[in-house]
Amino acid sequence: MVIRGKVWKFGDNVDTDQIIPARYLNTSDPKELAKHVMEDSEHPDFAEKHHTGDIIVAGRNFGSGSSREHAPISIKYAGVPVVIAKSFARIFFRNAINIGLPIVEAPSAVDEINHGDEVEVDLDKGIVRNLTTGKEYTATKFPQELQAILKAGGLMEYAKQKLRGNA
Amino acid sequence: MGMTITEKILADHSGKKEVYPGELITAKIDLAMANDVTAPLSIKTLEKYGIDRIFDPEKVALVLSHFVPAKDIKSAEQAKIVREFAKKHKIKWFFPEGEGIEHTILPEQGIVVPGDLVIGADSHTCTYGGIGAFATGVGSTDLAYALATGEIWLKVPHSMKFIFYGKLKPWVMGKDLILHTIGQIGVDGALYKAMEFDGEAIRDLSIEQRLTITNMAIEAGGKNGIIAPDEKTIEYVSARAKKPWKIYQSDADAQYLEVYEWDADKIEPLVAWPYLPSNVHPVSESTHITIDQAFIGSCTNGRIEDLRIAATILKGKKVHPYVRCIVIPASKSVYHQALREGLIDIFLEAGCVVSVSTCGPCLGGHMGILAEGERCISTSNRNFPGRMGHPKSEAYLANPAVVAASAVLGRIAHPEEVVKLEELEVST
Repeated sequence: MVIRGKVWKFGDNVDTDQIIPARYLNTSDPKELAKHVMEDSEHPDFAEKHHTGDIIVAGRNFGSGSSREHAPISIKYAGVPVVIAKSFARIFFRNAINIGLPIVEAPSAVDEINHGDEVEVDLDKGIVRNLTTGKEYTATKFPQELQAILKAGGLMEYAKQKLRGNA
Repeated sequence: MGMTITEKILADHSGKKEVYPGELITAKIDLAMANDVTAPLSIKTLEKYGIDRIFDPEKVALVLSHFVPAKDIKSAEQAKIVREFAKKHKIKWFFPEGEGIEHTILPEQGIVVPGDLVIGADSHTCTYGGIGAFATGVGSTDLAYALATGEIWLKVPHSMKFIFYGKLKPWVMGKDLILHTIGQIGVDGALYKAMEFDGEAIRDLSIEQRLTITNMAIEAGGKNGIIAPDEKTIEYVSARAKKPWKIYQSDADAQYLEVYEWDADKIEPLVAWPYLPSNVHPVSESTHITIDQAFIGSCTNGRIEDLRIAATILKGKKVHPYVRCIVIPASKSVYHQALREGLIDIFLEAGCVVSVSTCGPCLGGHMGILAEGERCISTSNRNFPGRMGHPKSEAYLANPAVVAASAVLGRIAHPEEVVKLEELEVST
């Protein structure tokens, strides 16, 4: 799958309290959560101003902190098709894969992608292209099992397909 | 080749003789836990996939801890979903509002024991490593899968070892050792890793203070924090275990990715300034910082020993007139014990506010939210932007003695500034 979109750039250690503040965790409705995505981050106007298809690019340790799956859910339902970061915090990493939100670890790409750049991600090949600068980067490859979960659309879909003998 | 305690627990739970760092395993779980924020998502997922049975209702804990007693209608709805699910599936370890925070209750009541493999839909699940269990935080989908199957996929982590030599200085607690660790290695210094703590200073700590250390392993990015059981652990567990336990120890030739060795006697009480738990400074360099609120509680430092030390400082003193000091015992039994020991009297007489057990202000939930520009010193675990309230409020993290002393002086303070150690020794 190839994803193309405009970049919103964030720094290091974007924690889950910045992605979806706890004051909104009294609901688990994805649409409600998406209304407040990134509200306490360096781009508090993200939810309001981003367009469906825009891509999040961030530094180290994206999604650190809480185990709240509301964080990747709010990103996914805000129409963000992929998150590119230098590294992901462990629980966010699992949660994103488990709910079928594509994530890409591409440390070399992040420093050379600027806010507003146009970026293309080839998920199958693990390649990130900055269409604004014309540069290409290789993403870290995930183990096959994890790729299979992502491809199925998440852990539960994967388990369902596996039970039916399709995976 | 030798194995670490983490590797041994993972091997035993995946039916293998040995496991290696990086290996993907499917492990059987001894306990799956979720709370009022995370369980509703898991329950919805199970419903969506038409899964109507739980792998073992005796191996599930559901704890209403975050937004309860319900702070608004939406929170009440979330709690209701969990309550009805617990009833329907006859969940053995269901704790309604006021019973306390999961990470305090489960070790305290012997529901988690050494050698267990626990997953919890809460990042501070890593707390239980303090009694020698493998415990890690997961999200709601992982938990839903675990509730259905009793299993989880895990990547065997590399282990890092942190050894603290020597004796702790007065007023230095387990909290300071973990803040020191995070300050040294950074908030992603142990990303995906097992963090094993050992050494004389760790062995000298009570189980409660060890739980404070493993509680914050996640704040360095760790998959789990763990302290191998010793006589203190066995004594603690014997008094409360609800099931048999198994003691694991790391082999002498176990492999560690990194080993850090520190002199505990050189560490003084520490404060993590905003906006990262790694932004650590000694109290002595923090005394110019004035505060609006002091919070004593949370799964990190809301146990009886924490309240006792706070009471030692606050006894016969008054909270600074421009500060509100909020004390929240982390479980009902901690609350009850504090009441019996007269600690609640001490807090009330000092001018503190004492509340029913809840996670409350730690995550900016309720019971003590900060306004724009306000500053709080807290015994909790995170000081991210907006963590305790307004995005432009500030949280400083410290041990309960430092927080209590700061509440009295209205600025960050060393406990020695409020209570002289010699006076304490004479009076006790």
